[in-house]
Amino acid sequence: MTGPVLEAKGVCKNFGALEVSRNIDFRLAAGERHALIGPNGAGKTTFVNLMTGALTPSRGQVILHGEDITALAQAQRVKRGIVRTFQITALFRGLTVLENLYVAVAERTGAATGLWRPAGYRRDVIDQSLRLLEIFQLQDDAHKPIRELPYGRQRLVEIALALALEPSVLLLDEPAAGVPSAESHIILDVIDGLPADIAVLIIEHDMDVVFRFAERITVLVSGAILVQGSPDEIANNAEVRAVYLGEAAHG
Amino acid sequence: MTVAEAAATALATRHRVRPLEALPWVLAVAAFFALPEYLAVGTQILILVLFALSLDLVLGYAGIVTLGHAAFFGTGAYAVGLLSAHLDWHEPITGLIVAAAAAALVGLVSGWVLLRTHGLTLLMLTMATMTLLHELANEQENLTGGFDGLPVEIDPVLGLLRFSPLTYSGQYLYALGLLFLMFLVVRRVVYSPFGHSLTGIRENILRMHAVGAPVRQRLVTVYTISAAIAGVAGGLFAQVNAYITLDVLSLERAATALIVLILGGHGRLYGAFVGAALYMILEDELAKEFPEFWQFGLGLVLVLIALFAREGLTGLFAQAAERFRKRARS
Repeated sequence: MTGPVLEAKGVCKNFGALEVSRNIDFRLAAGERHALIGPNGAGKTTFVNLMTGALTPSRGQVILHGEDITALAQAQRVKRGIVRTFQITALFRGLTVLENLYVAVAERTGAATGLWRPAGYRRDVIDQSLRLLEIFQLQDDAHKPIRELPYGRQRLVEIALALALEPSVLLLDEPAAGVPSAESHIILDVIDGLPADIAVLIIEHDMDVVFRFAERITVLVSGAILVQGSPDEIANNAEVRAVYLGEAAHG
Repeated sequence: MTVAEAAATALATRHRVRPLEALPWVLAVAAFFALPEYLAVGTQILILVLFALSLDLVLGYAGIVTLGHAAFFGTGAYAVGLLSAHLDWHEPITGLIVAAAAAALVGLVSGWVLLRTHGLTLLMLTMATMTLLHELANEQENLTGGFDGLPVEIDPVLGLLRFSPLTYSGQYLYALGLLFLMFLVVRRVVYSPFGHSLTGIRENILRMHAVGAPVRQRLVTVYTISAAIAGVAGGLFAQVNAYITLDVLSLERAATALIVLILGGHGRLYGAFVGAALYMILEDELAKEFPEFWQFGLGLVLVLIALFAREGLTGLFAQAAERFRKRARS
């Protein structure tokens, strides 16, 4: 299949009179690395919410692997391969790192519906959780509750939880937000190392990250797509420079 | 062993029975022989443990905040009472099965409707559901006896164990046996992958949706299981006391289970045991000492617990044990 894995067709979202997403057409190809940029309040997180089902579009369609998923709930979309991370860390704070991963792996494998046999008997789920710890080099924190973890490590768990679901489309909402710059390279390395067959959409403010990572860039302004293109096209686009990059240059 | 392997082993074996877990059962059996004059209050403690345990499953594990759990306790109690009063059905075990089924049905239906809300809305709606049942029982006076209550008659358990209003020894053993059975069920559920996913819902419901969990379905399932167990507690209450009134459906009864979990600790299985024992002993002793003033003492204890032991007494104990382990390691 050569068509897009994820497609938004004329997606709109209104909250009353407020238009937070306006007629968004968007395509993400298999294995593509795509960045979504735009000033604060442009509607980037709203777009992620619309794609993953946290919000339902007022108009338009969301299509995943050729199937219209506009009416599907979040959980059903996850089962079909679209997974997100959160800009504001959303983890199971009272559980340990390993237990956090167990939750996600148990959902993917279907183990989570088991009501009678102990969770510890699902050695397969534990082993897969351990393998994820290894990939993210979190082994030494396995036993720590999330709330005792430094923020940078929490951001790693944030991505590990998403990867535990073996997505075909991964939406990363500012994965390095709030991480001290001395530590952010760990997260960027992880993103660089994501399996090539996963289509990744990353929302990011740091232009170094965007241009290092993305093959294509979409610029969102006031809820609508201003322009889409390759990093070079975006960097040389006068309009983008004016509304977005220009801002950054002045700041 | 590496840190990760140790954490994996801990996760793989956490359902195993620890020696300390025998303690409440040893104490309960010892009390039967050592304190025969206290078996009446002991039986009430066991029933309260069972009721609070059912609440812990939804509140402590799944994070469902409810003030209406007496809806299920009362449904179970009235199921047993109505069978006895109107159908001459006095067999205790099948009576409890009907009580569990009736309460589970109420839990399933109300849970299906209510569990799309959360927080304060859910709190009010659970309370409203309970109040509706209370009013229904009050209104159906010719069935339920209304305000005057309903006498309940019970055959000997399995044809062997006779209930005596004087010694309460039969009632105590019956309640203890049932509590043990129900506890085994709750313990299985809590340590299962399903139980683990409930703690996920409690810790971060937003993320549970994002990892693909059918959150509402899980919540309705655990709510129904919990309702069935609360129904058994209510049915048991009706059987051992041989009499029920509208108060089985009261806010006070729902709040009592909540207070028990605050005292004993929630999300820890044994919080219900510690809390119920403490609550009933406090009530008993304070009421003897200050007959018109005892709730002041209870209030004072609650304030102290809320200020200094947010996780309840079992929480304090766990913290102390953890500190001790850390000191031993370093």
